[in-house]
Amino acid sequence: MHAFLSAVLIAPVLAAWLLTSTAAAYTVYVTNEKDNTVSLIDSNKLAVIKTVKVGQRPRGVILSKDAKWLLVCASDDNNIQVFDARTMEFVKNLPSGPDPELFVLHPSGNPLYVANEDDNLVTVVDIETDRVVAEIPVGVEPEGMAITPDGKLLVNTSETTNMAHFIDTATNSTIDNVLVDSRPRVAEFTSDGSQLWVSAEIGGTVTVIDPHTRKIIAKIGFEIPGVNQDAIQPVGVRITKDRKRAFVALGPANRVAVIDTATFKVERYLLVGQRVWQLGFTPDEKLLFTTNGSSNDVSVIDVEKLRVTRSIKVGRYPWGVVVAPF
Amino acid sequence: MARSANHARGRGPRLWCLVMTAALAAGLVFATPACSQPSGVSGEVKRVTIVFARQLRDMAPPLSLLDVPPPDDGIAGARLAISDNNTTGRFLKQEFVLEVVESGDIQDLVAQVNKQVEGGASFIVADASPQAVVALADSLQGRRVLIFNAGSSDDRLREQDCRPNVVHTAPSRAMLADALAQYLVWKQWRRWFLVYGPGPDDEAFAAAVRRAAKRFGARIVEERPFKYEAGSRRADGGHEQIQQQIPSFTQNAPAYDVLVVADEGGQFGEYFPYRSWDARPVVGTQGLAPVSWHPALEQWGATQFQNRFRRLANRPMRTLDYDVWVAVRSIGEAATRAKSAAPADLIEHLKSTDFDLAAFKGRKLTYRAWDGQLRQPILIATAKLPVTVSPQPGFLHQFSELDTLGVDKPESGCSAYLR
Repeated sequence: MHAFLSAVLIAPVLAAWLLTSTAAAYTVYVTNEKDNTVSLIDSNKLAVIKTVKVGQRPRGVILSKDAKWLLVCASDDNNIQVFDARTMEFVKNLPSGPDPELFVLHPSGNPLYVANEDDNLVTVVDIETDRVVAEIPVGVEPEGMAITPDGKLLVNTSETTNMAHFIDTATNSTIDNVLVDSRPRVAEFTSDGSQLWVSAEIGGTVTVIDPHTRKIIAKIGFEIPGVNQDAIQPVGVRITKDRKRAFVALGPANRVAVIDTATFKVERYLLVGQRVWQLGFTPDEKLLFTTNGSSNDVSVIDVEKLRVTRSIKVGRYPWGVVVAPF
Repeated sequence: MARSANHARGRGPRLWCLVMTAALAAGLVFATPACSQPSGVSGEVKRVTIVFARQLRDMAPPLSLLDVPPPDDGIAGARLAISDNNTTGRFLKQEFVLEVVESGDIQDLVAQVNKQVEGGASFIVADASPQAVVALADSLQGRRVLIFNAGSSDDRLREQDCRPNVVHTAPSRAMLADALAQYLVWKQWRRWFLVYGPGPDDEAFAAAVRRAAKRFGARIVEERPFKYEAGSRRADGGHEQIQQQIPSFTQNAPAYDVLVVADEGGQFGEYFPYRSWDARPVVGTQGLAPVSWHPALEQWGATQFQNRFRRLANRPMRTLDYDVWVAVRSIGEAATRAKSAAPADLIEHLKSTDFDLAAFKGRKLTYRAWDGQLRQPILIATAKLPVTVSPQPGFLHQFSELDTLGVDKPESGCSAYLR
């Protein structure tokens, strides 16, 4: 009798423990450019659990190093909004320079480097003191931002100048500029900082650059049977921490390319929602979330099986995505 | 929206200072120009001179005060592109300079352009009549010069009168009519009532509309020439007579879906919306119109482009500004890609299959190998907003869907390009 009772009492606890151990639940944040909202998705339930009003035209979204803050580029408000990532309570606005679109944090957690699409500048913002520390002139329509794991080298891409600008973070000045194909959108370093991947939306390619020599290591093209070449427009790039696989969102081709980073060959194209732009891994890299602007949803990719397992309806024109470790 | 123009001006000198700092970082480490001396460019900088050649023409004022062309129509587009080129050029030690020449007399315009060419210019962007473009091209035959026709939609310049030293950023009439036709057919508005004005340009647009109807399976159920005396645009009063005139002019037409107006001079087309006998939409040169650019386009990153233009010109961007911007940016893009400022290298790259330009149309723009026409999506728009973009879904092509607009390779009559 006693044994039975304790089993009954323990069972739910055990079940709960089992659940959490099989898959950690993360919170996925998706900015909806047209709705001026952020959708919060539970990565276990794969459902929207909350929708929060934010500033106008939210696009780029990241977490602070300690994941306490969610930072959202409110492009049409010309600032960056800071929210408590757990409660989604508004904390403060950060100055950003005009029309912020994408940004990256220094690996130490501060400062923040912001691409000002409307002003040919990268703005450096101290997120503790809320002050602009520096402005770095770059090419026309700055967009993609990436920083090496040691924080020494910052990269910005400019959409009309078609370059990756290499910036020394010690001096906040450009040290080199590498020409890539038309309309570079996203820049991403490998986890060891040995490669920089840059997507070119109109050029239809991804360029892999050695950040030390600034020489181009590889240029990756895409071909999908039945899809017009003009519709293949690479934007979001994410590379696994073990540096074995890269995922590239191909815009109106409605696919995510899976690339073997050893050979730079496309292994597979995964069909997702329409006009896929940005990508975000869960911290354990088991799932990859994609923002599909034209179909107002987020596709969920099982990273191990390389399968699209779910699509989740969010707000209108989902743009950016980031996943918190809780 | 963007910052105010005042704000932009306020930060000008400081930004320039930063620009020079960047130029230093980019390699000019031996020089130390003070921020107050913006002319401190190194001797290594290679210069590319672009001539904007404008033929001044007497044109009747448009019906609407909103449509009066600004004095810097087209020139502002060139200035923005020069500025965009120079932002990129400073990383590559290239400098782009704009020279503007203009004249009401074709021979004088040709002489002025030739003088610029003698002085070292190799790129001409023309806003001129078809006759002037041909005269310019012939006068520069054999020279290392490329002319961009940004101002004329005339199909003859791409066909029998085409020249090997001319490319076209302005869409041809055939492209415009095809783009409109595709949308009308997609919409299942296949019965057209065509009204055209007395000018040769009106007739040419009407011919493009007839060709498009045949290509895409629409039917012109009625054609009527609209005869009028342009007269004085301004008269105190006037709507009373028009309110009588347009309904009776459009009366007793067979059943139709849309009224297509061909009025390139803008002398009567705007009178047709809301005044036709039957309640039908007006499309064509007025009403829902095919255009290369729209001042309210915000897709494909165009917002920042529109903002940049507005800060520079204090007005919205017009189609001529865009067509000129594309021409000047094409030259800049070729200089970037060819890593050269030598005209021969730039022209070779521009005419090669490697050339493409990102120009806020959602896909790369290229030049057709058979007549030098820029391949580009065409916006179908009202005065306020773009409605759609052609080519429309379902209009397929074996090489590029953009070639469903205008004269395709097998139909081309441009023998100068074939040689």
